[in-house]
Amino acid sequence: MIGNLDYSILQIIWWIIASVVGSLFLFLNFVQGGQTLLFTVPKGEEEKTLIINSLGRKWELTFTTLVLFGGALFAAFPKFYATSFGGAYWVWMLILFTFIIQAVSYEYRKKECNFLGAGTYEAFLFINGSIGILLIGTAVGTFFTGSSFSLNDYNQVTWQTPYRGLEAARNFFNLSMGLFLVFNARVLGAMYLVNNIDHKPLTDRCRKSAWISFLWSLPFLGYVLVNLLSMTGYAVNPESGEVFLQKGKYLQNLFACPAPGLFLFGGLILVIYGVTLTCFKGKNNGIWFGGVGTVLVGLAVFFLAGFNNTAFYPSSYALQSSLTIYNASSSHYTLTAMTYVALGIPFVLAYIAYVWKQMNNKQLTIAELREEDELY
Amino acid sequence: MVEQIDLTQVNWARAQFALTAMYHWIFVPLTLGLSFLLAFFESIYVRTGNEEWKRLTKFWMTLFGINFAIGVATGIILEFEFGTNWSNYSWMVGDIFGAPLAIEGIFAFFLEATFFAVMFFGWNKVSKGFHLFSTWMVAVGSSLSAMWILVANAWMQFPTGMAFNPDTVRFEMQNILEVILSPVAISKFCHTTSSGFLLASLFVVGVSSWFLLKGKHQLMAKRSIIVASVFGLLSSAYVGFTGDEAAYTVAQKQPMKLAVMEGLFQGETNAPLVVAGLINSAKEPADTQKPFFAEIKIPGLLSLLANREFGSFVPGVDDLVYGNKEHNIVGASERMERGKIAIHQLKTYKEAGKNGDTATAEAALIAFHEYKDDMGYGYLNNPAEAVPPIGLTFYAFHIMVILGSIFPLVFLLFLFFSFKGELLYQQWLLYLGILSVPLGYIAQQTGWIVAEVGRQPWAIQGLLPVTVANSNLTTGTVQTTFFIFLGLFTLLIIAEISIMVKQIKIGPEEE
Ligand code: HDD
Ligand code: HEM
Ligand code: HEM
Repeated sequence: MIGNLDYSILQIIWWIIASVVGSLFLFLNFVQGGQTLLFTVPKGEEEKTLIINSLGRKWELTFTTLVLFGGALFAAFPKFYATSFGGAYWVWMLILFTFIIQAVSYEYRKKECNFLGAGTYEAFLFINGSIGILLIGTAVGTFFTGSSFSLNDYNQVTWQTPYRGLEAARNFFNLSMGLFLVFNARVLGAMYLVNNIDHKPLTDRCRKSAWISFLWSLPFLGYVLVNLLSMTGYAVNPESGEVFLQKGKYLQNLFACPAPGLFLFGGLILVIYGVTLTCFKGKNNGIWFGGVGTVLVGLAVFFLAGFNNTAFYPSSYALQSSLTIYNASSSHYTLTAMTYVALGIPFVLAYIAYVWKQMNNKQLTIAELREEDELY
Repeated sequence: MVEQIDLTQVNWARAQFALTAMYHWIFVPLTLGLSFLLAFFESIYVRTGNEEWKRLTKFWMTLFGINFAIGVATGIILEFEFGTNWSNYSWMVGDIFGAPLAIEGIFAFFLEATFFAVMFFGWNKVSKGFHLFSTWMVAVGSSLSAMWILVANAWMQFPTGMAFNPDTVRFEMQNILEVILSPVAISKFCHTTSSGFLLASLFVVGVSSWFLLKGKHQLMAKRSIIVASVFGLLSSAYVGFTGDEAAYTVAQKQPMKLAVMEGLFQGETNAPLVVAGLINSAKEPADTQKPFFAEIKIPGLLSLLANREFGSFVPGVDDLVYGNKEHNIVGASERMERGKIAIHQLKTYKEAGKNGDTATAEAALIAFHEYKDDMGYGYLNNPAEAVPPIGLTFYAFHIMVILGSIFPLVFLLFLFFSFKGELLYQQWLLYLGILSVPLGYIAQQTGWIVAEVGRQPWAIQGLLPVTVANSNLTTGTVQTTFFIFLGLFTLLIIAEISIMVKQIKIGPEEE
């Protein structure tokens, strides 16, 4: 059946898959958000250890999702992979840098003779959670604001600024997107800790922190939403493939199809509901509402950028170099083969969920940490 | 297609890739092998119910975790470097090359990452059986990840299952099974994973030898030595066997690499195998100088190993550069001419297409198809550019092979004295065990140097030279990231080694 799918259907399917992976990554950023709480929320070494060990059992999942996101884009949208990574060199390098230092930090922080000292590894975790997510957010922002690059006849990219993608952070829309993600990750992180840890003084502080981060995220969210829905967007003429600027493009996309709108508003309501449960109702399950909500909002953002004849990686410098899901995808054959491969994803999700349940069925306590000999 | 090539930039990009890949490869082979050893140890524990084996498993697991973390840290950069530094490559072959990377993410990395958490933190949370299962899954996951990345790498060495599309100016996949099941991929997978098993066995034997020398944790050390020596002996035999297979596939698919590995300039029907030699680095293709200052040879053996047939012809560098009519070898010089025609016709085709001149476009396309197989050579300026660095490849290859012949003996000796119960009295052997650990790492690194340096100047063998594969970056940019990675990875590796040494000193938790 997959063998007979139209090229354009496959391109749509793969944009959906990439969006799902990307949105799951945004949810799993609760690890990064949690890392930014390290310096303020815990009181004393034991509480810090609780947080690190709670997050430490999940960090690889987030990390691997990022790796998969890269791999999926490489396979399905190689022109995007080549243009964005080869062009916006510095943004991506810095983002990766923050993930490299994260990867060793859990394991090395508490080990004897760790050379850099526990404080450095904690700082690494903080950098990953703050700067790393901020830059990812600004990169996502460029899906709407565009970047200044051009492609030649052979699709080789020339970037027009020496900052190589870092210039995106000078745009307040991109920056707001980044800051919103940082604060949202903190909200999720705090809600996750509330869910996973049984130690009232700490979780009480987490609840409070979730609320404060939520309040901080609101102005940036507002700025992003208002601008997104009013800004001029990069539209594509479906017949000629010509890219042109269109007023209120993303607002149109929102109404062109019910899904993004439902996802966006449904997602936001779920996040708010999760925060209310955690901060005012004393419940532990807020993370699930916040998580699902974040995934839905993420999907909406990616769908607004990619569907309905829109250029998802626009060039503000050379309009016609802009990438769409149709001109940036790999061949019909590859997409077909990869769609067969993707049938395995539900199976992977199933065992991840099963293991998650096995490992999280009891909340983490200080007593348990004292007994445990494998500790971060 | 290539208007201005900044050669220094390309070379810095190569250096950066080599640096990051070589750092990654310090940690990966240990992960590949130690994960299986952990699974063996834990299986024995579950079988016997003996808590000693659990302690033993946990000790090696701690070392595994320290190594694993930095392996992951050094891996992520590689994946994205294809895009950042080899963006033209990524676009031209993303259809084919991206697929195994994505599959690796879906089917291997998640397996490792998910069950890793259970393996480390699940001792008291899940059943014994499920814990053992998780340990095995980590091992399987690591070998699966090796498999997929090696499928990708093998495709660069021997591109297959694809066709060039002149309209999109890129290579597109035609047959994914051909890509996955290519003979180079299979030989690479077998040789590389078994070399990882070998290295991890050396590591376990080496660390245990140190315990024995210090008179600490003797029971644990002896037990570890027996399991690791058996595994190591089997693996090292298999490494030799698959190494021979690897050399055979190189001879068939990348004859230039083989010629350079052996320092063979003039092809011969009774080609000798050079066991060891001192390369004359001033030697150029087709000049009259001798390739070696001194060498030890076994006559006729290379013909046998390369083609599985005594007296068969093995082409040398000269034949491959300037051609050899007698043996029907088209040299790089002739392929360059043909390649330039292909590039020219492709350009004509594109331009005529733009101007709506279909007649010219069609004629150009037909001409292009005749010459397209040599298109990659059209980007060379001089046929001698088709020769990889000889000294580095030659020495690296010979170091690997010599070390590869020593390791089985090391394991044999350890087994022999273990069964005689005399291990403790053989101090020299224990020292040899410790010394073998760095030697194992050297064999690993030299192996990749053969594979990757021997592939130069091609990013994709015969199709895409590195000069066309790279991104449009300034030299300064790449230099900066090169030094950032050099500094960062060096810091992290110092931390890693220092933690590792400390944990070994602490040893397993006592009763
Ligand atoms: C402990 C490590 C180790 C040892 C002892 C050996 N190898 Fe090896 N070898 C590797 C580790 C390795 C490797 C790192 O895994 C490589 C790099 C690329 C690859 O496919 O495997 C490799 C590559 C490699 C290649 C190049 C493959 C290519 O370019 O595609 C050849 C021809 C051999 N090996 C042959 C041998 C022979 C004949 C050995 C004699 C016993 C040997 N190796 C021992
Ligand atoms: C982890 C083990 C590996 C090591 C130690 C290694 C080592 C090297 C070295 C030494 C070079 C430099 C060659 C030169 O420029 O002269 C290189 C280049 C390169 N390798 Fe590898 N390699 C490894 C695995 C891989 C794999 C699995 C792939 C692909 C999937 C790969 C792709 C490349 C690319 C794209 C370059 C840069 C372009 C080039 O110089 O050809 N490498 N590597
Ligand atoms: C140049 C090509 C390579 C790329 C792009 C690459 C990419 C990666 C990435 C992204 C990770 C982290 C995965 C995670 O999230 O857990 C990783 C780890 C790993 N890679 Fe590589 N890798 C390369 C070369 C290799 C080779 C040649 C092998 C084996 C033959 C290998 C085997 C592994 C294994 C076993 C791990 C698990 C962690 C560890 O290294 O200890 N990789 N790699």
